[in-house]
Amino acid sequence: MAKRALHAQSGFPIDKGTGDSVMKELPGEILRDLYRAVFRIRRTEETLASLYPEQEMRTPTHFGIGQEAVAAGVCGALGDDDVVYSHHRCHNHYLARGGSLLGLVAELYGRIDGCANGRGGSVHLTSRETGFVVSSAILGQTIAAATGSALAFQLDKTPRVAVTFFGEATCEEGVFYESLNFAAVRRLPVLLVCENNLYSTESPLSVRQPAGTDLCERVRAFKVTAERVDGNDVVAVYGRTLAALDQLRAGEGPVFLECMTYRWREHVGPNFDHEAGRSYRDKAELDRWMDRCPVKRARALIVASGTGESEVLSWESAIEDEIQTAVAAAKGSPWPETRTLFDNIY
Amino acid sequence: MRELTYVDALSEGLVQAMEADDGIFVTGIAVDYPSGIFGSTVEAARRFGPSRVFDAPAMENALTGIAIGAAAMGKRPVVVHPRNDFMFLAFDQMINLAAKWKYMYGSHAGSVPIVVRGVIGRGWGQGATHSQSLQSVLAHFPGLQVVMPALPQDAKGLTIAALTGDAPTVILEHRSLYPIAGPVDQAFAPTPIGKAAVVRDGTDVSVVASSYMVVEAMRAAESLEQDGVSVEVVDLRSIRPLDEETILASVRKTGCLIVADTSWVLYGVASEVAALVAEKAFHSLKAPVYRIGLADSPAPVSQPLEDAFYPKASTIAKAALTLLGRTHSHLGDIDLADEFKGPY
Ligand SMILES: Cc1ncc(C[n+]2csc(CCOP(=O)(O)OP(=O)(O)O)c2C)c(N)n1
Repeated sequence: MAKRALHAQSGFPIDKGTGDSVMKELPGEILRDLYRAVFRIRRTEETLASLYPEQEMRTPTHFGIGQEAVAAGVCGALGDDDVVYSHHRCHNHYLARGGSLLGLVAELYGRIDGCANGRGGSVHLTSRETGFVVSSAILGQTIAAATGSALAFQLDKTPRVAVTFFGEATCEEGVFYESLNFAAVRRLPVLLVCENNLYSTESPLSVRQPAGTDLCERVRAFKVTAERVDGNDVVAVYGRTLAALDQLRAGEGPVFLECMTYRWREHVGPNFDHEAGRSYRDKAELDRWMDRCPVKRARALIVASGTGESEVLSWESAIEDEIQTAVAAAKGSPWPETRTLFDNIY
Repeated sequence: MRELTYVDALSEGLVQAMEADDGIFVTGIAVDYPSGIFGSTVEAARRFGPSRVFDAPAMENALTGIAIGAAAMGKRPVVVHPRNDFMFLAFDQMINLAAKWKYMYGSHAGSVPIVVRGVIGRGWGQGATHSQSLQSVLAHFPGLQVVMPALPQDAKGLTIAALTGDAPTVILEHRSLYPIAGPVDQAFAPTPIGKAAVVRDGTDVSVVASSYMVVEAMRAAESLEQDGVSVEVVDLRSIRPLDEETILASVRKTGCLIVADTSWVLYGVASEVAALVAEKAFHSLKAPVYRIGLADSPAPVSQPLEDAFYPKASTIAKAALTLLGRTHSHLGDIDLADEFKGPY
């Protein structure tokens, strides 16, 4: 990933428009990696969602199906030394940042091979060795933590960047504004990636933020660069992130990206809301967003770029195999021994 | 008397209180959802509409301050946290302002009767930040009342007491209690705050329990009865103020004390009760006090670790036999099978 980011910094043109126009300039191998990343995330989550009703994963699970392009686009642009934090909907970010598939699946199964040894569950992932520090389930915690990591990088005078993913409801918490203010004052290299999926559990934006709210506008009031991106377009997200990284590494202060996207499944759990009989949003709305599926769109780009269908299929089947292997290994992984309950408290 | 589930009893208490006082309003994340806080706010939302039962953005700290300000102007806000752990974000408002309001301003500023409800999660992978029991931390501060209803009758009665009293009050409700049914009075009657209840009479050993541990203690007591051990179960109901008399009377009667709390033992409610008995009923004790709480670690997710983490009926029963210097015969099956199904 570092190589790709360096390549990108060396003058790769950024188009502020759609992914399609960025794509014209995009080296084939990058597009391939971005596509494989969104596909891998999607299929992992779908596989987990289909296994979830077996009741063997005893951990409340927030699937990010439908939101893959944000994770893949942002993480695809980062360098090896950058660090990522996430929140409760974290599988996407963990995988995009290179977290091990077995580590994720085994964590959901509560096994020793889980990335948190079965201690944390779906919402507490970690993969420090790949630059994914932690995710946490209390809204806003990791915005502050990422800001602190950015402070450390600044103190160390290294060009590293700290990234934090969160949902738009987290912009309702005070900790968001406190962190933003500090990051702005100190010009910290923190990239704030808001995945605006329009809902906070079952509350639509309209009951939580005043009509006409533009989060970017709010953030700009702190003198922080803020841009809205099509969060279902992996290439657009990738392009915007590269531009942001240039600014961050140049010491010009934090950047906020508002990625517009949509969560396909229920807030927590594997079902579709309409199947579960919930009425806070309707199937027609879901269908409109499914038409804008980030995986389908990325696939169309890759095919349009001249990659043969059979090649794409072979990547896809390799990824499916990888997922099946991880699931089997996770299910076969030992349980943590009871006596380890008290390990690592201090 | 008719039977109601804990959740329906909570709901009935809230609805009756709202009928009696139109200054009561309910807010917090998810209070007006069709699933409204395990169903406990659904009827209130249906009956009183969005002006009195309304969703809030994710803003625990400010929301609590807002509730305090509204209470200062004569309203009676109920702030609900779907997990009590989210309340940590509101501790400044709750502890530095609400708890001190009446005292610190020398009664000139009136009172702020806010009611804060927090749900304790447990099990099935709720994990370290969605399963804590905050009674001890909250009860540490003079000025807050902290109650933990275990039985449906008290879920209703303590809700009414909180909503008709003057003090800021925290009600901690355990997720596992919501579906359990029991007799509940139709009348609009408070359960007095600061009064524990002897929910089972016994002569050999006292189990002083809070919240869901009352259920486990009752199960342990039934099983021990088969072994010829007579257990008295005291349901604390109110953590602050603490009903010293009922606890001491029970210990003076049985001479043996087990304290079972839903939180950790160290620095907790179990320690407080043990200290109370050591100070005031030391000479009645025939054996050392036995404290039961969560294993001394954050809550793990993995099932075998989680099973080891939570104390249960058999933990209490074994403790009782140990205190009495007896070995156990048939404690095997007293723990309920975990029938909970996900996603959460
Ligand atoms: C401090 C705190 N308050 C409330 C919650 C409960 N909660 C968990 S996820 C969630 C919705 C968050 O919405 P958003 O930030 O938009 O992320 P999304 O779930 O949409 O990805 C809420 C309210 C929490 N985890 N932490």
